Amino acid sequence: MIQVDHLSKVYRRDSVETVALSDVSFEVKKGEFVAIMGPSGSGKSTLMHILGCLDTPTSGTYILEGKDMGKLSDDELARIRNRKIGFVFQAYNLLPRSTALKNVMIPMVYAGIPKEERIRRAKELLEMVGLGDRLEHLSNQLSGGQQQRVAIARSLAMNPAIILADEPTGNLATVQGEEIMRIFRRLNEEGHTIIMITHEPDVAKYAKRIIYIRDGKIDDDYFK
Amino acid sequence: MDLSETISTAIEALLLNKMRTALASLGIVIGIGAVIALVSLGQSSQKAVASQIQSLGSNLLTVRAGSLMSGGVRSAAGGATSLTYEDAKAIMESSQITTVANVSPELQQRAQVIAGRNNTNTQILGVTPAYVDVRKISLSSGRFIAQQDLDSMAKVAVLGPQVVADLFGEGANPVGQTVRINGLSFRVIGVTVAKGGTGFMNQDDIVFVPLNVAQKQVFGVDYVGSISIAAKSEQVMDQARDEVGYFLLARHKISNPYQADFTITSQQDILGTMSQVTGTFTMLLSGIAMISLLVGGIGIMNIMLVTVVERTREIGLRKSLGARKKDIIAQFLVEVLILTLVGGVIGMVLGILLSYVIANLMGLPFTIAVSSIALSIGVSGAIGIIFGLYPAQKAANLSPIEALRFE
Repeated sequence: MIQVDHLSKVYRRDSVETVALSDVSFEVKKGEFVAIMGPSGSGKSTLMHILGCLDTPTSGTYILEGKDMGKLSDDELARIRNRKIGFVFQAYNLLPRSTALKNVMIPMVYAGIPKEERIRRAKELLEMVGLGDRLEHLSNQLSGGQQQRVAIARSLAMNPAIILADEPTGNLATVQGEEIMRIFRRLNEEGHTIIMITHEPDVAKYAKRIIYIRDGKIDDDYFK
Repeated sequence: MDLSETISTAIEALLLNKMRTALASLGIVIGIGAVIALVSLGQSSQKAVASQIQSLGSNLLTVRAGSLMSGGVRSAAGGATSLTYEDAKAIMESSQITTVANVSPELQQRAQVIAGRNNTNTQILGVTPAYVDVRKISLSSGRFIAQQDLDSMAKVAVLGPQVVADLFGEGANPVGQTVRINGLSFRVIGVTVAKGGTGFMNQDDIVFVPLNVAQKQVFGVDYVGSISIAAKSEQVMDQARDEVGYFLLARHKISNPYQADFTITSQQDILGTMSQVTGTFTMLLSGIAMISLLVGGIGIMNIMLVTVVERTREIGLRKSLGARKKDIIAQFLVEVLILTLVGGVIGMVLGILLSYVIANLMGLPFTIAVSSIALSIGVSGAIGIIFGLYPAQKAANLSPIEALRFE
């Protein structure tokens, strides 16, 4: 499903080169639950951005569902982000002063799904993450754990091929974090492919496979 | 992203910061309002000028004494004393002149007029009966000056409605009463119908007396100030002007037309100049209004640039959720278009109200052209696109990663 070959990313600023990723290769199959771990500055966020089609590699190839992402235009990449990838961010990134329902509907708006269908699906997803009674709450009136659950519902809106979670529990208390991780585990059991960045071993233990990154290279890659 | 969703998102965003939205569109409101008001007033005054041409008679020529070139200096028209009653009579009776219907010699000066305890300073116009026909005057009561008044040098006066109002009160009938002009008593024999006009064009603030009485008894002169000539039709105006001009040159024994001691103008010349002046003023003021519109547009661009920076995270998020560049451009453009179009419509309504009030105050006919409504919608839309595109593009070109990191 995901195939990464000899991926490198070099940032150039004022003729100073910073190597964020160098020669990274791995494969992720459908239904996997992968945790990418590593110290800060190791390049794991860069890898996440490339996997999420938010950034392009300097060299190497990234193939998602048989398609080479290096050859796509900006608009095509936007389409991939919309249809194939569900993002869950550390800071939730919900639209403030907008209801939970509206937040979940955003990806479907850009996909051009009719309004009735959008509302039906968004309700279904919010009920699934246990927020069926919070549909019309503004996102900034919800607790952190609730906001992250809205974000998970949003990431599932287009039924994407992979869910990319960037430190999804980083801003949450332990209890709420565990609740979020149980949702991820359940989604994985239902067949969703999940790739998650974290530096907390407690969180990583929910994953079935762990990839360690250090200095832009894969240090370790194992299944539990 | 479909249009209705884009519009409702834009309205939500605009309502989040109502004060800023109101202030941003205020520039457009003022600009469009000023343009509409000025264009409409310009059209109104042009219309007023056109109707004045009609009321004064479009076949009217005026011969004025003066304009004598002596050593390269042209004296003011009307300032000289070279025209006489005999000139007017000769024009009327000449067999060479075929295009003139009627001739009215006139002597006009200002004087104090007294009736009982009231007095007013107004223009005294010495005329012959031909005046009625040439200047298209009609009377609301009494009669106008007749040939027998001139023959007997009767001290009779016909008053304009403004003079009646000043001396006898609004709507009074002064026929049979007496007014004093320069110490002489005149019996009022008639009142003219109101004709309108303002300032030096005011034809209601006037007292008519027999020409020879004005010359010999009121002002003590033997010339006439001007001779009004009615051509037989509008089509022969140029011919009439030439005929009268050459006739008077010959009569005054002047061989070089550039040294003529009189000038001939038509009403159209004067009013044409007036409408040109009005038009220039309208253009000038509209230009200033356009500048305020430009300033308003720049203000909107400024606000939109600030908005883009403030909403960097939102833009990054939308891009990561699948918004394409054109979705982001559309979102910001629709926002700015709503801002300018609403401002434009409010400005248009205010402009129409303003021009209605001013037209009423100035006694002008009120006109609103459909074109100015189309103009205001078009211009405010164009401003939205011109000044909104740059901020919108700036937003669309933000890198999603940078935008998501932005705090």
